[in-house]
Amino acid sequence: MSLGTRTRLRGVVGESATRTDAPPKTQGSFLYASDLARDGMLHGATVRSPHAHARIVSVDASKARAIPGVVVVLTNDDLPTHELFGLMQKDQPVLARTEVRYVGEPVALVAADDPEVARLAALAVVVEYEPLPVVTDPVAALAPDALRVHTHGNVISDVRLVHGDPAATADVVVEGEYEVGMQDQAALGPEAGLAIPDPDGGVTLHIATQWLHEDLGQIAPCLGLPRDKVRLVLAGVGGAFGAREDVTLQIHLCLLALATQKPVRMVYGREESFYGHVHRHPARMWYAHGAKRDGTLVFVKATIVLDGGAYASSSPAVVANAACFGAGPYRVPNALIHSVGAYTDNPPTGAMRGFGAVQTCFAYESQMDKLAAALGMDPIALRAKNALVDGDVIITSQPVEGSEPVANLIDRCAALPMPGAPDASDPVAMPGGVGNITRGEGVRRGVGFAAGFKNVCYSHGFDDFSTARVRLVREHGEPVAYVLTAAAEVGQGIVQVCEQIARTELGVQRVIVETPSTEIDSAGSSSASRQTWMTGGAVLAACREVKTELLRRATTRKRSPADIDVADLLEEPIERVVKHRHRSTESLDPLTQNHGHVAFLFAAHRATVDVDVETGLVKVVQVATTQDVGKAINPVAVVGQLEGGIAQGLGLALMEELQLRDGKIRNASFTDYLLPTMLDMPPVICDLVEHPHPDAPYGAKGVGEPPTISSTPAIVAAIRAATGRELNRVPVRPDDIVFGTVARSGWRIAAGEDPRVARR
Amino acid sequence: MRLRLDVNGGEREVEAREHESLLTVLRDQLALVGSKDACEQGECGSCSVLMDGELVCSCLVMAGAAAERDIRTVESLGTAERLHPVQQAFVDAGAVQCGFCTPGFVISTVALLRANPEPSDAEIKEALAGNICRCTGYGKILEAVHRAAGEHR
Repeated sequence: MSLGTRTRLRGVVGESATRTDAPPKTQGSFLYASDLARDGMLHGATVRSPHAHARIVSVDASKARAIPGVVVVLTNDDLPTHELFGLMQKDQPVLARTEVRYVGEPVALVAADDPEVARLAALAVVVEYEPLPVVTDPVAALAPDALRVHTHGNVISDVRLVHGDPAATADVVVEGEYEVGMQDQAALGPEAGLAIPDPDGGVTLHIATQWLHEDLGQIAPCLGLPRDKVRLVLAGVGGAFGAREDVTLQIHLCLLALATQKPVRMVYGREESFYGHVHRHPARMWYAHGAKRDGTLVFVKATIVLDGGAYASSSPAVVANAACFGAGPYRVPNALIHSVGAYTDNPPTGAMRGFGAVQTCFAYESQMDKLAAALGMDPIALRAKNALVDGDVIITSQPVEGSEPVANLIDRCAALPMPGAPDASDPVAMPGGVGNITRGEGVRRGVGFAAGFKNVCYSHGFDDFSTARVRLVREHGEPVAYVLTAAAEVGQGIVQVCEQIARTELGVQRVIVETPSTEIDSAGSSSASRQTWMTGGAVLAACREVKTELLRRATTRKRSPADIDVADLLEEPIERVVKHRHRSTESLDPLTQNHGHVAFLFAAHRATVDVDVETGLVKVVQVATTQDVGKAINPVAVVGQLEGGIAQGLGLALMEELQLRDGKIRNASFTDYLLPTMLDMPPVICDLVEHPHPDAPYGAKGVGEPPTISSTPAIVAAIRAATGRELNRVPVRPDDIVFGTVARSGWRIAAGEDPRVARR
Repeated sequence: MRLRLDVNGGEREVEAREHESLLTVLRDQLALVGSKDACEQGECGSCSVLMDGELVCSCLVMAGAAAERDIRTVESLGTAERLHPVQQAFVDAGAVQCGFCTPGFVISTVALLRANPEPSDAEIKEALAGNICRCTGYGKILEAVHRAAGEHR
């Protein structure tokens, strides 16, 4: 292999190379966090609050401690520190001390020599509670006289964006109230990890997470250990979708391992997983859109209330996203968006794919259809007419840059092939499948359209970086590149992206991506669609430094790079470590600010549905999408992200909702929390537009979130087209279709108004 | 209770609790962790194994009921050097993302193709509706099953 040729390489950038981690995953030999084991390891279990709000009167662990096989029981009294933890605000105790704030809050921990014994011992810990009144309605929680979930009040975060003149008047105004239910990430791999005490008094944690270094930063202070005594290694991650951004069992595992000085494994069961991780924020939204008679948008006003549950988690970022992207991918000269996150006694909510943008996209796209109807315009034409192009500003006054004109995405998506006509003779093809006992006489077809957008990478002044170490060595006469980053492979394919980039840049076939750990500096989170941009960018930069050294060595030997073998230049290995940052962003300004985001991701979706108007059953027949991906580093992997994201958007549109009563989840199982199966998913047509962004590696923008953003409103629009129903809430339920049920919170709020003054 | 299990062609003796599932015995005692535990109630298919050639969720089979039956887990398919055609098809089609559901899908596909070597889209969807994937949206899995069926021919 010479420095000048790369034509013989297999699996370079732009190729649908097969994933290196796929064969062991098909064989069952790839080890996930829940598969890890060590001789003599103990098993952890968690005692959780059955109350949404209660005072802890006493905790009696004596019975549990007496059970044979139980090694330790830890309560708040046993903690080495009383440090709080949390993703964006440190507001969460490691174990509840005097008060519990949600059903499922951890109160005590058990380690035993057998998982069954640990579970039984957790049940044997006697906690006496004095139940307290709860506040579970996020709008009610914002009232000045509401019960306080925390002493610092119930407002987690409050963003009021003003753009242009929100008092501007328009020829046509449409208003609406919208609601989004609580979705769960439902990653198949449960929360799991293995903590091993180290001889130096520290601990090594093998963990399924999205961000090793963020976990480290939260774990170490709670253990009372310096950061260098806590080491994290990524274990196999069975999906994440945001749920692994927050700390769940990480600190607990380390505490148990340190207390027992034995390896401890902990694996949540499915029910515990539903209680143990954060969910997507439920939202209530009041919108008003104004336009000229020709369809030109004049203003968007909105009040958005997001239920943050008992702890802040990533609520501040969700609230900010809801505001910044709350008017959609359109030119909106005047806007007033008031977005507030509320503490309640519901389970905490946090990150899920497309956060903030998902909730508001359902509302503003529903509004765009309503506006089109009021104007007598074609809804697709209305969108295209107002769609952003480079140089236009979003409602934070930030210009769009490096993007395909959104109108092109809309037009291309609208022009993708339509599905065939419904076949009433095939019962399997009916809404509800063979469970539908009608003859299809109530089946109506509808087509709906939506577009959406959000940011890529972290925003608002966050110091967002990734670190890559590339080592080029000679092994058995052949060059081999080793790539180490701390980027969490959660299924999305960042391992493959790094491999293909290194292969392309170095011209070396053999690339080995090493197991991520805290041995190297942070890669940032596998979230915000950012890893290709950030860690891909870091690997690219490190490879180019290695390449520079190769060229220098070639020049020293007075050889032309084109005819020298790379291996001949590697008597000494070459190693380069690069910390890669994106351009800096500005912090969120209370009023209109400017460059808060790195760049924007745009997509459009068209859904075709068959609806049985008599039973309320819906079959999604096809989803078509056009997305500006910048550059498809691995096209098959990109399509996989689009199809998978659309499946989650379909789930939110039709099936997926955690149902709460008084703060308790009533459907914490896969029997009762419905996930799309193969029968629910239609064929998806993916149209990739590669409009490169100048700052991104090869122009690749990151692709994970847009599929989940506008697929949901497109499906609901299609159901509206088929039924004429209002459908202002997702997920859409059969009752909403059959009876035309409309979701009304009962709160009276003018769009854009401060929700703290809401009236009943 | 002492059990004699016939797993992947070899006889294994285990000590199981009365109420223990085949899945936990496979995972915790026999270190066959390819069968995954994701829902514990037969909804997701991640724990799929073949019992006397029949597709079952091992989380719903009592360990005692599996005694003296021919149990085949994902570990019985292919070799380290050479994947089973169904495994290879999943790799080639890009049907693997996080991969947690993949062993279950592979086993279910093997069972499907034994019964129906050339399934239609509708037959594949019906046969694999008991397996949940949260990553792929199933498009590439459907493609993988067709590829594997092509290999069978």
